Order: sequence, then C-alpha cells, then structure tokens
Amino acid sequence: MKINPVTRMIKRTFLAAGRALSPGLRFFSLGEITEDVSERAASPCLTKQASLYVHWPYCLRRCTYCNFNKYIPRENNYHILTDCLQRETETLLQLSQVSSITSVFFGGGTPSLAHPSTITAILETVSRQVNLSDKAEVSLEVNPTPVGMSKLEDYCRAGVNRFSVGVQSLQDDDLKILGRDHSSHQALQTIEEARRLCPGRVSVDVMFGRPKQSVESWENELSELLKVCDDHVSLYQLTLERGTQLFKQVEQGEVTVPVDDVTAEMYRCARRTLHQNGFLQYEVSNFARNNAVSHHNMSYWRGRQYIGVGPGAHGRFVPLGEGGVVREARTQTLEPDMWIREVQQRGHGTRRRIPLSHHELLEEVLVMGMRMAEGINHKHWEMFSPDLGLHEVFGTSTDVQELLQSGKLILDDRSLRCSWDGLALLDSILPALMVELETQILQRPQRDHSADGQTQKTSNSQ
Amino acid sequence: MSLFSPLLRRVTQFKMCRRKIQHYSMTCTVFRHRWMKGLPVFSSSFRTISTQTDKETIDLSKFPVDKIRNFCIIAHIDHGKSTLADRLLEMTGAIAKTEKNKQVLDKLQVERERGITVKAQTASLFYNHQGQQYLLNLIDTPGHVDFSYEVSRSISACQGVLLIVDANQGIQAQTVANFYLAFEAQLTVIPVINKIDLKNADPERVEAQIEKVFDIPREDCIRISAKLGTNVETVLQAVVNRIPPPVANSHDPFKALVFDSNFDHYRGVVANIAVFGGRVRKGDKIMSAHLGKTYEVNELGLLRPDEHPTQKLFAGQVGYIIAGMKDVKEAQIGDTICHQEKPVEPLPGFKPAKAMVFAGMYPMDQSEYPALRSAIERLTLNDSSVTVQRDSSLALGAGWRLGFLGLLHMEVFNQRLEQEYNASVIVTAPTVPYKAVLSSAKLIKEHGSEEITIVNPAQFPDRSVVSEYLEPMVLGTIFAPDTYTGKIMTLCLNRRAIQKNMVYVDDQRVMMKYLFPLNEIVVDFYDLLKSLSSGYASFDYENAGYQAADLIKMDILLNGQPVEELTTIVHRDRAYTTGKAMCERLKDSIPRQMFEIAVQAAIGSKVIARETIKAYRKNVLAKCYGGDITRKMKLLKRQAEGKKKMRRVGSVEVPKDAFISVLKRKDK
Repeated sequence: MKINPVTRMIKRTFLAAGRALSPGLRFFSLGEITEDVSERAASPCLTKQASLYVHWPYCLRRCTYCNFNKYIPRENNYHILTDCLQRETETLLQLSQVSSITSVFFGGGTPSLAHPSTITAILETVSRQVNLSDKAEVSLEVNPTPVGMSKLEDYCRAGVNRFSVGVQSLQDDDLKILGRDHSSHQALQTIEEARRLCPGRVSVDVMFGRPKQSVESWENELSELLKVCDDHVSLYQLTLERGTQLFKQVEQGEVTVPVDDVTAEMYRCARRTLHQNGFLQYEVSNFARNNAVSHHNMSYWRGRQYIGVGPGAHGRFVPLGEGGVVREARTQTLEPDMWIREVQQRGHGTRRRIPLSHHELLEEVLVMGMRMAEGINHKHWEMFSPDLGLHEVFGTSTDVQELLQSGKLILDDRSLRCSWDGLALLDSILPALMVELETQILQRPQRDHSADGQTQKTSNSQ
Repeated sequence: MSLFSPLLRRVTQFKMCRRKIQHYSMTCTVFRHRWMKGLPVFSSSFRTISTQTDKETIDLSKFPVDKIRNFCIIAHIDHGKSTLADRLLEMTGAIAKTEKNKQVLDKLQVERERGITVKAQTASLFYNHQGQQYLLNLIDTPGHVDFSYEVSRSISACQGVLLIVDANQGIQAQTVANFYLAFEAQLTVIPVINKIDLKNADPERVEAQIEKVFDIPREDCIRISAKLGTNVETVLQAVVNRIPPPVANSHDPFKALVFDSNFDHYRGVVANIAVFGGRVRKGDKIMSAHLGKTYEVNELGLLRPDEHPTQKLFAGQVGYIIAGMKDVKEAQIGDTICHQEKPVEPLPGFKPAKAMVFAGMYPMDQSEYPALRSAIERLTLNDSSVTVQRDSSLALGAGWRLGFLGLLHMEVFNQRLEQEYNASVIVTAPTVPYKAVLSSAKLIKEHGSEEITIVNPAQFPDRSVVSEYLEPMVLGTIFAPDTYTGKIMTLCLNRRAIQKNMVYVDDQRVMMKYLFPLNEIVVDFYDLLKSLSSGYASFDYENAGYQAADLIKMDILLNGQPVEELTTIVHRDRAYTTGKAMCERLKDSIPRQMFEIAVQAAIGSKVIARETIKAYRKNVLAKCYGGDITRKMKLLKRQAEGKKKMRRVGSVEVPKDAFISVLKRKDK
C-alpha cells in the first residue's frame, strides 16, 4: 500500500472548544427526547464511526447534462480551498465525535484537478484526529484526461487506494454531446494506468440513455468496456436535469433521448451482460466481481453516518460534540467563495441542519437499504428500529402482500429485499413501503417528537 | 371550445311563458340591467336631438304611456347588434360619442372577450321626435341561441324588435330563430340591414331573402351602417313611428316586476323593475308578493344605462329601486312588488328555463367547496336558467350537477365563475336528460310516475323494468352555401339526424332542417360544422320533445373492475365509438404501473373496446451523488403522499386527474 505514514493519534483537542460552541446551536432545548430514541442508545456503533465525503467543487468546463454543484474556477485559489477543506474536516470530525473514519471519498466537481498534496493534507488532518485505518478505502473520482492520468501515481502516494474513472461513454461523438473533455482513447489509457496502480480497485462509470443511443450500440459498448475494465462498474442512466444545456436541447427538439421502454431494455441488457461476466449487482447501479464492492457507498446504503466536507456537501451524523442525540441532515454552503469565507470565519460552512425524526431516519434507512440487492436484514433494521421489526411494519399491509405475491418483493427470515425484477421497479415499490411505514409508526405510541422536522440555519447563529 | 357552440332553444316553453305574460299585460317591460357605473354621462345637446342630462330635471310624469316605446335588437351573432346599440346610445345622449364606444352594453369580461352578449341590458333613451320627447327603452339582447331564454324575456317586455341582418352574410340560422320568437309574440319587426359600408355588401340580395323567408316587404327594410352611423336616425324614427306604445295605466294600483337584481355592499340589493301599473316614489312602503316582506323605497331611478336617480317611476317605465333589502334572495327575479296597503294579483313571473345540458361541477380542491358554493349561488341568482343539484362523485368529491340551456351557456357560466369569482372548477362532460318509461308496477309506485328522467347514469334503470327509453330531440336549422351541402349531410347522418326539409333561400344559400338527438350535438357538432364549411354554416336548434331510443348503459372497466364515475348512457349505435374514445383518454391519463392494465368499455358483460396500459419495466433511478439523498427523499415522499390520494380501482391506482381528463370536455 502506498499510504504514506501519518500520525494516527486521536486528538481531542477541540473537544472542550466544541462543547463551548454557542448555545444558539442547540435546537432541542425544548425537546424531551427519550434516551432510547437516540442512535447512541440504539446502537453505539452507529455514532462512533462515519465515512467522509470531500467535495472538490471545480471543473474545467460544464458538462451538458450536469446540474451538480460545480464551478469553473476564476483564479487559482486551490491552496485556500485546501486549507478550508482541512479546517472544515477538523471542525466536523470534532463535532461528530466519531472515533474512526471508515472510508474517504473525494468527489466533485473534478477532484482530479486537485493537487495530490491536497489529498495528503486532508488525509493527514483526518488521521490526526481520528482513527483512519491503513485498509480504509480512499476513493477518488478521476476525469480520464491526460492531465488527470498523469497524477494518478501521486494520488496513490497521497493515500488514495481506489479510483473511480468517469468514462461515461466509449463513443467520441457522444462524449462531445455530453460536453466531456476527454476522448474514449484517453479513457482506456486512464483505466489501464489506474489498474496498474490499484489493481482490483478501479471502478468505471458509464452512462446509458444518452442521446441517439440504441440498445444495440449500448450492448457493443458494454462488451468493449468489459474487455478493459477492472472489477467494478457503476451504471448510470442519463437524467435530464432542469437548467442544463442538454435539457434545453431536448426540450427544443434538437436532441432526442431514448424513451422509457428503450432505457428499460438497456438496463435489463446491462444487468444480464454484467451478470454473465461475473459481476454481481450489489446495488441498483453498482456491479462488482471478486468482491470489489465500494465500501464507501455501502456505508451510505446501510444507513451509516457520513460527514460531508466542502461546498455543497451533504452529511448525516449526530453532532455529539455539542450534546446532540439525534442524527441531522446537514448541507454545507453551496457557493465555493461563500463557503471559504464561512470556513475561515467560523471553522465550517454548514448552511442547513435538519434534525431527522425517528420516522424520517427510518425512511432514509428504508430508501437507501432497499437499493441494495441484499436489502435490509433484520439486524440492520433493528439497529435503527429496536421496537418495531420488519415483519411488524410490513408484514400485514395488503399493498406489501401484493408485492410479495407478484414476486417483486421478498420478506423472509433473512431480510426485506427486492427480487431481480423488483429491483428495476424500486421507485414504484418504495412509496408503498413508505406509506406502510408511516401508518405503522403513527399507530404506535409516539416515541420521537420534539426534533421533528425542525430546520435550523446555523449561518446566523454564530 | 368554439365561441358559438350550439345552444338550446326552448321555443315551445317560451311561447307558453310569453303568452301568459301577454295575457296579463303587454306592457310587462322586462329589462336587465347591470354595471355601467362610472360611464361618462353626456352633458350637452347632440345634433338636433335635445338631451335630458340634468338629473334633477327629469320629470318622468312627462312620459305618459303613449310617449314610451319598448324595443329590443335581435340578430345573428356578429351582425352588429351591439354596435347599433352603441350608436343609439350616443345619438340620444346617453353616452358621449367617442371612438371608444364599443359594445358599451357588453360589460362582462366574457362578453368583451368573446364579442357576444350574454346578459340583456337596459338603457332608457330620451329622443325628441317632431317636437315630442319620447322615452325609448332599449334592451340589448344576447345573440346566441343559448341565451334565447334571455331573448325571449326581452321580447316579452317589448312591443317591437329591430331584426338586424348583415348585408354581406345575409340571413343566418339565428336570424330565423329570433325572427320566429318575435313573430310568435306578435311584435312589430323592423328589418335592419347592417354593414352596407362593406365592400361585399349586397343589400338587395338580403332584402330578397327577408322577403322570401319572413314574408316582410323589402321596402320595409332599413339599410344602415351602424359602424359609420349611416341611416341610424331613420331607425330611431321607425322605432317611434312603427312600434306601438305599451298598454299600462298609471291610475291602477302600483305593480312592478323584478327582472334583475344585484348586490351593492353599501346600498344593499339593487332591484331592477318594470312598472306594470300605477306609480312608485321615494319613501313609499312596498311589499314583495313572494315573501310578503315590506320595505321602504330609499332610492329609485332610470337606467341610462347607469343608474340615474329620479323621484318617481310611472306605469310603462323601467328602472331600479333600492329598498333596504339585505339579501338578493329578497329580490327574486320574477317577483312582483306592490304598495303595502294595496296588494295586487302577482304577475306570473318567469318560469325557470328547462335545462337541457347537464354537467358536473366540482371544486379543484375540496377545501374550496364553500367558496365555490357561494360563487355558484350568487351567479345563479342572476341567471335563473341554471338549475343546481348537489352531487358527489367518488373521484371528484362533493360538487353539483348543473343544468344549462346549452353548451355556450355552460361555458360562459364556467368562465364567469372563474373570472368574476376567482373559482377554479372541474367541469365534467355534458350529458342530456334521458327518460325511461317504467314497466314494473312496483317501480312506478316507487317513483310516483310511469316516466322518469335520468340525469345521473347511476340511476339508469335496467332494461328488464323498462318498456322504453326516451332521448331528447332537437330540430336543427342549418344555413350554408350550397357547396357544403354534401359534407353537411354526411355529418348529420353520422349524428343520427333525420332530414326534415331543405330549401334554397336564394341561388346559393341553402336552409336545411334536421331532427337530431340532442346528445349528438352537445359536444362538438357545431365546431365540426363550422370547420367543414370554412366557417360559413350557421346552426340553431329548438327543442323537439322526446323520442324512443335504443339506450344502453356502458361501463368502463380497469382490469375488470367497473369505474363507477365513468358509467355512461349511450345509444347502442354509438357505444363503440364512445367507448373507444373513453378508453383511449383513460389510457393516456393513467400512469404505467408495475402490472399491465386493461382499460375496457363494456355493455353488461360484453367488452366492446379495449386499450392496454403496459407494465413498467423499469422505474428506478441511478446515482445518489455524494450522499445527497434529500431530493430523492422528497420525490419519494411526494409519491407516497400522492399514493394515499389515489383512487383505487381493484389494485389499479388512478390519479384523480385521469378521471377529470376523461370526464372533462375536450379542450379545443
């Protein structure tokens, strides 16, 4: 492994300071939160660890389909950004009071624009404060351009041990339509280089449902990809997002995208082909062979805590550092310059905090968990819902019975999960499950309460 | 929706109503009056006509019955009725002459937008003729057949009519209809040929048509251009010279008919009255025959067309009265008022017009029910031809089944609800009232009669207990250039119509009469007729009673389960077409689900049409970028919420708007 030696001392230096954070941040002062509802009580392991997501907000250009939080940098302020990412990491780690970070993911934007020293710096920051195992998965999204490729080795030295290569397409024409700044040839080279550096830990992202794409061309593309790819494939369907160039083009009839039945066939085809090539679908859009699953993503789906650092990053954790007992949905300030200013002023750029009620937490656990092929096992569910088992919640509903009988859903001694066919229809299944969950929770004596739905903006509170 | 969709004429009923009124007195001056507040009052003499403008100087006692003329203007749509009214108002000084006087009497937003008149309006005009001052009461009438009820009420208040015909278009279907209304009421008809300034005007040809169709000597026609004012003076002279004065006596006890009312926040109810006998003055104690309540007259006056207070109103005159009534219900249209100490035999009032087209109206959201209820109540008070019945639907919730005189009437009502009361409504597809003749003695006893009317398909009695079903028929008149005859005949045949008559009114124009089932023309007949004749055909119809028909109840099924709110009564010959169309519309509005859905139309157990909604093959979206699941959660929660609101038919989830799009009339 190429992870450079860093001090892995757990420092609690900020603990005291954290406790002293302004009382304005406390939003459950009125609440009578019973101890058994908090995650700490339900399952201590949930609050002791988290994964870390680091957002690099810059891109060199805008892809025509992307509405994600990214900015074209005006000047080179990468070093300031690096400082701020470190600073926010420190603050949030301290606030969460986790003792270990189980995985790190550098996403973006285009994180492969970051200097490898930035990665080093952030990982060092993490290691200074909490336990970050040598074996912990550290992933980085790579844009397969020559520049990106040239830095892979340095990233590895910095501590990255898994690459996710944004291939998107192997058709050069399509890459142009999508506004990508790489060629299919460059993508292949990047995969090769990444595999050389991190064998067995390279993922490729491919996109289907692209303009003018046919089922046949998609099949060909997939078999091309299978020749060169490593042990992990992420399949994404192109979604038209409002406000993107592609959305406009489609709306104005300049570009057409395949209709639902065609994308359904593409998805079915890809699942079958990947399966035939030894890839197990472990989640709606993720496939792995040789057990090369992404641990970082798995921890999202399993409802574990995650800390989001960087402009617009999202997090889900209990702010134990200020006495919090319920998990919060947290969002950082979107706009990089603003975020930088906030981090410089108060150590973090958290813009929005929404304490999740027990019900909301279970909804997220359900929605995320059902994306996995393994679904939600009883133990997993019990960790979040000690009083109300899966059978109790879903066992009696006629809607769920219909889903079970039609073979789309399975509820047995092992878990609640989708069948092969059911997984492709998950978004139709989930609303039914959510309705049932709500019904059952409302029927039970109230256990969670005060923090329900409260939103607190912290930007003004300090 | 076309501006001129066909409307129902209730000729026979009108006749009845008219004759009754006539029997009492020909002077029943029935006017409608609304708005017009804030219009400039002309304040100087105009040409040679002296103008009465000073409010204090009007002495109505100077207008005995022989100096009063009550008349209205009737015409096919767009033949220039409202423009002529504008000119008459200008020339008699009721309004200042400006370029802006366009459709002065058409004040409803819907009237202006559509260029039609919906409510008849009243304007009292002062006209000096050969040294004599006359009071001319002009009633602007609605042009469309849908509002012939209003036309009829206007006609019943008059002794004469101006029948306007476009010099270019000639006689049209409504010209004929309106002429017969006036003719049967024995009114003086003054034919006026308008738009003689147009390049293609052919007044000779139109005069020949009038002579041929109406048997009026061509010499009686007055050729005018209302737009330019040409010859309009002649029209005013003809009104005085040819139309007889009303018959009323100011020495009789006071008796007046309430013909319209509206509510003013500051002054209470403003009732518009026609004085049938005697006189009324400010401070009089009056009584309503209907409720027996007494009031004191606070204010009264003329409509010119805005309110113009006077001291008294005399027999034969028309005006408004404010008497401390707090609720429009206290001034019901058709009510008779008299002096408290001198009760009189009430006037016959108006029989409610019989609704011929029914449609459900439901609030967009059930929380808007009370607001919509009060809006409907207020509108129906001024439009007694609308019948209201509470109804409820599984899909649409609580609402009403409203009966209208015709489709334009319905459209206008709906538009007024939206524009004047800011209420958004769901309107279901129109249906007509069918009848069934019961054969079962038990059922006859239950219903109290052998013949029952079926408005709601849910109440359609089974064939086994019925000796026959009846459907409403109408006699339609179509005017068109003869080049379109073939196409029109095909259209009519497709609508189960039977040709009764076909006449050339001149060498190019044909008048055709067809007996139609009403159901066949309520939705889109007029639009089709207009489009296949490039807009040249005109259409009008009148009620023609009921006829036996092979009616059946058609169910719409979703995976074999009947959808109660979509049950329809159809003629057997039309079942397939109707069923197919409904299935197609339903298919387009139900989202795909995890299983295949059969959308079927069935008669009894026999399926006659089918559409299939294919099952979803995939409905899952990929990536949750960077842990941002907020958006995804929101979307799913919305779907979960939506799911709760779905109507379940078997295991099929149907969004409410699916029913709406099937039940709603098609947007055109």
